[in-house]
Amino acid sequence: MKQIPVSLLTLTAGVAVTLISLWVGQNHGLLPEQASEQAPLVDGLFNVMMVIGTALFLVVEGALLYFLIVFRKREGDEEDGIPIEENLPLEAFWTAIPAIIVIGLGIYSVAVFQEMGGLSPGHTMMAHHSPKSTLVAQAPSNDSPIGGDVMPLLADAEGVEEGEAKYGIGAANQSSKPADLVVNVTGIQFAWLFNYPEENFMAGELHVPVGADVLLNLSAQDVIHSFWVPQFRLKQDAIPGERTELRFVATKPGTYPVVCTELCGSYHGGMRSQVVVHTPEEFGEWIEQNRVAQKDTNQTIASNPAAMTPSEFLEPYSQEMGITGDTIAQLHSHP
Amino acid sequence: MQGSTIDPSKAELNSYAASEAVGAHEEHPDLRVWGLLTFLMSESLMFGGFFAAYLLLRGAAEAWPPEGTEVELLLPTINTIILVSSSFVIHYGDKAIKQDDVKGMRKWYIITAIMGAVFLLGQAYEYATLGYGLSTNIFSNCFYLMTGFHGLHVFVGLLLILGVLWRSRRPGHYSSHKHTGIEMAEIYWHFVDIIWIVLFSLLYILTIF
Amino acid sequence: MTQAEVSIPSHATEHEHAHKAWKWYDYFTFNVDHKVIGIQYLVTSFVFYLIGGLMAVAMRTELATPDPDFIDPSLYNAFLTNHGTIMIFLWIVPAAIGGFGNFLVPLMIGARDMAFPKLNAIAYWLNPPAGLLLLGSFFFGGAQAGWTSYPPLSEITANVAQSMWILAIVLVGTSSILGSVNFIVTIIKMRVPSLKWDELPLFCWAILATSLLALCSTPVLAAGLTLLLFDINFGTSFFKPDEGGNVVMYQHLFWFYSHPAVYLMILPIFGIMSEVIPVHARKPIFGYKAIAYSSLAICVVGLFVWVHHMFTSGTPPWMRLFFTISTLIVAVPTGVKIFSWVATLWGGKIRFTSAMLFAVGLLAMFVLGGLSGVTLGTAPVDIHVHDTYYVVAHFHYVLFGGSVFGIYAGIYHWYPKMTGRMMNETLGRIHFVMTFIGTNLTFLPMHQLGLQGMPRRVAMYDPQFATVNQLCTIGAFVLAFSTVPFLINAIWSWSRGEKASGNPWNALTLEWTTDSPPMIENWEVLPVVTNGPYAYGMNGRSAPAEEEVAVSSR
Ligand code: HEA
Ligand code: HEA
Ligand code: CUA
Ligand SMILES: [Cu+2]
Repeated sequence: MKQIPVSLLTLTAGVAVTLISLWVGQNHGLLPEQASEQAPLVDGLFNVMMVIGTALFLVVEGALLYFLIVFRKREGDEEDGIPIEENLPLEAFWTAIPAIIVIGLGIYSVAVFQEMGGLSPGHTMMAHHSPKSTLVAQAPSNDSPIGGDVMPLLADAEGVEEGEAKYGIGAANQSSKPADLVVNVTGIQFAWLFNYPEENFMAGELHVPVGADVLLNLSAQDVIHSFWVPQFRLKQDAIPGERTELRFVATKPGTYPVVCTELCGSYHGGMRSQVVVHTPEEFGEWIEQNRVAQKDTNQTIASNPAAMTPSEFLEPYSQEMGITGDTIAQLHSHP
Repeated sequence: MQGSTIDPSKAELNSYAASEAVGAHEEHPDLRVWGLLTFLMSESLMFGGFFAAYLLLRGAAEAWPPEGTEVELLLPTINTIILVSSSFVIHYGDKAIKQDDVKGMRKWYIITAIMGAVFLLGQAYEYATLGYGLSTNIFSNCFYLMTGFHGLHVFVGLLLILGVLWRSRRPGHYSSHKHTGIEMAEIYWHFVDIIWIVLFSLLYILTIF
Repeated sequence: MTQAEVSIPSHATEHEHAHKAWKWYDYFTFNVDHKVIGIQYLVTSFVFYLIGGLMAVAMRTELATPDPDFIDPSLYNAFLTNHGTIMIFLWIVPAAIGGFGNFLVPLMIGARDMAFPKLNAIAYWLNPPAGLLLLGSFFFGGAQAGWTSYPPLSEITANVAQSMWILAIVLVGTSSILGSVNFIVTIIKMRVPSLKWDELPLFCWAILATSLLALCSTPVLAAGLTLLLFDINFGTSFFKPDEGGNVVMYQHLFWFYSHPAVYLMILPIFGIMSEVIPVHARKPIFGYKAIAYSSLAICVVGLFVWVHHMFTSGTPPWMRLFFTISTLIVAVPTGVKIFSWVATLWGGKIRFTSAMLFAVGLLAMFVLGGLSGVTLGTAPVDIHVHDTYYVVAHFHYVLFGGSVFGIYAGIYHWYPKMTGRMMNETLGRIHFVMTFIGTNLTFLPMHQLGLQGMPRRVAMYDPQFATVNQLCTIGAFVLAFSTVPFLINAIWSWSRGEKASGNPWNALTLEWTTDSPPMIENWEVLPVVTNGPYAYGMNGRSAPAEEEVAVSSR
């Protein structure tokens, strides 16, 4: 150690820390797969922070360990240490560097947020404002009922005033291009209801075509819920009395969990559903099936799903949620 | 207990929480005024919380106050005048004691107490005649909560003043160089007054526009 | 308990009837001595820590399997609510501010007591009823809406229990405001004349900053909770959207307090760090001014970051961005402190006492918690991980790896001063090792859980997370067992420990210039400050020489 100059050691350590940090930033494997256009943006930011964080962590912990070993008290040594109280350049250095880092991170996250569409909730027209908006741009079937019998938004029925969502994640490019598909999402204790207004039916799972620009209008009936799809890296609270929205483009067909992340009561943990990302063809089929199914129910029991009580509607789904309609009814009647 | 430092005859238990201080140790000056001021800073932020909530709710509402909720103006204005002028009255009491005029101090403090009581009675009368209650609508929620909370403070202030009056019966209890209790009651009264001015502007004046 | 022979020459007492040491039963009375109150706070809060910890252990046991099979989900929610509430409001805050603050501040500034001793006792005695309210609420189902108690959920579940919860928080909030008034006035007005501002021990700076913060933020929480209480019990509709109320407003009022509250929980701990590290490293603290002022900077910035808890709530875009940036800025003053402590170690003669081990352990873990805090501070990442186990991991690293470790460090460091006895170092080391392993085992894997998709506050979860959860559960049991050596140590040493001298660590702050435990009224004659609080190795003095200085300054 005597021959090697300190600066060289520092340099080596610096290079090592940098390399390790860069490697960790790419290979931590902590994030789930990416399935929306926003996901790579968020992951990019996270990975950069992972690099910086690892570097800072290694430097601080390394220095700590090193000092603890080198400057430990030796047997029989009762002296005090070296009386150094300050070192202005050093202090300026470790104030300035973090300041620069956080300002950089701040700017970067503003950029990411803007690109995700976070700056423009409510900037686009919603479906019920422009009845002619297409259902799915890529939908192959010509007979999909574009602008057909539009049933009132579920959200409207709940006393939320008409208007644009104020909060959430909107269109990425602030253009006022209408979304390809609009779904009204309502959170109730303890389920998500997905209402396809253009199609006039309701589902317990979210189905979207890959590559389509999807707009979710979120609302909540009883308490606050929060809509999260980990693979989309997107989350937005559904708040009683407020309109919120979430706009995304799914990039990868597959089935992903929809999780409620806001404590909403005893069975908050059971409030799980799925989002199924279809290829456009499959999506058309799914729409078709549901329309038929829904028509059947309409004919046989002459009831509109929108008129059903949540527990009635939920019955078919309760199995997979581990709760029964009874539980829900009980919980509802027991304020 | 810290028997060593408490001289029961000196201990002033007249006033508000922050003044619960025990008589001072040899070189420990009387810090109760400091304590009160610090405490009031905190109190004002509690009102600040209410004010912020009120403004937020008002901003979100279409009509404020809602249709059919009439805000009475005449009586509260009279009340405001009474309360604001009582702040001057109480100050005369403070001036009097600084000249060792215990009688004068008592006179002014009695007047203040009466004005405070009139304010509270006026408030009670207003409550009784308004025609809406705490839970009628979101405006009345705010109205009763804020005025009620303030009224509670006026009531405490009144108790402080009465406490000062009670103590001042003992000859020599207060003098030009020993009147912390009087000063604290006065500070508290001013505080209650300032809060009322803000409250009045928010709850009454703002509703005209 | 603490009446270990304190032989005091009886001259110079102007109060003949003052006895010189407290008897054990004095600790169960309405006593106005700041030292008694400090110990009352510490012991009570530790009892609540055990209770809150027991709830955590129950929760972790439930989470060992994906299904809600161990406890009822409603009870789970009650446990998680009261676990969070007790840990924050009845453990960290009262222990760090009430306990250490009360015991140490007057001793460190050369005062005989706090400015308002009675007020101080009242502030303490507000705590036990608050705790009883919380525990009693379990007879009514227990509050179940989380320690954040967002409406509408908090307004429609377990109304009686929720109201008791609110009253409990208002009680401890009042306690904390009264305590802050006391600290501010005491520190500003009651220093011995020879103690200059720039020689004020950093712990006092930290308590001053904490008190200012508590004074400004606590009343806003009280306001918010009052509104909630009225909504639940008196038919108002502040937070009922269908009657003109606003749900998100509550969140603003709550977080305006509760973000600063997290700094209430760490600033006093930072103060403890600044005292413990120099003593056991035998070095002057590095960057005294920077550490003192960065506390104030953290307070000021800390008042303007609250919306980072609401990035996915009803907040407009500009707010999300403004609060992203303000949140990130907090990393700078905090970093200054961390770096200064690390630099203090450089060139020291580090003694690995239990106190020092916990202080160093804190440094190691707080950095991780802080860095994950920074990732949470950016809106885009927070949108992904908000309300997941990633957040749970973050705050247990800063709260357990930070605050709890700091409190342990403080206890090991000042135990001799408080009781007149030394603690057992071997047991202390065992305690440290178990706690360090347990903490990392419990909370490190939670980062991954959150990123991968496990939400927080759930009694049932997707089976894919089962293995990692079991790891956390094992960690929680290690943590539970780690309290055993500590409890044995603390209880045994109190009566049997080796007698401690007035200054067993050869430290330089004023509390070490009196006996252990200090007499009532702290000193016969108030001390005169002859050297800075951290003047280790200065003026060519070595440690033994300093003891003479300390003695002569009596
Ligand atoms: C002791 C308590 C404590 C402390 C000190 C902190 C410190 C910080 N916290 Fe944390 N936090 C909590 C307790 C605490 N937190 C709790 C309890 C919650 C959850 C509440 C709930 O929902 O129930 C929470 C939640 C929470 C959230 C909300 C998450 C969510 O719900 O979505 C956020 C988001 O911004 C956040 C950020 C931060 C930041 C930026 C810091 C910073 O102060 C950290 C600063 C420190 C460092 C950065 C490390 C050291 C610095 C360096 C080594 C310098 C160099 C560093 C850089 C250049 C980056 N915290
Ligand atoms: C300082 C604060 C603090 C501390 C120290 C802890 C300590 C612990 N916490 Fe907690 N925690 C919070 C603050 C804290 N927590 C907060 C604020 C929340 C959020 C609440 C909310 O969401 O609303 C939370 C939430 C929380 C969760 C998330 C729950 C959920 O979201 O569903 C979990 C899950 O694992 C957890 C675990 C633990 C564990 C295992 C410990 C361990 O460290 C505990 C160790 C155990 C002990 C110390 C007990 C030892 C004693 C015995 C075993 C018996 C002896 C008993 C007697 C003699 C009476 N905590
Ligand atoms: Cu819905 Cu949690
Ligand atoms: Cu915060």
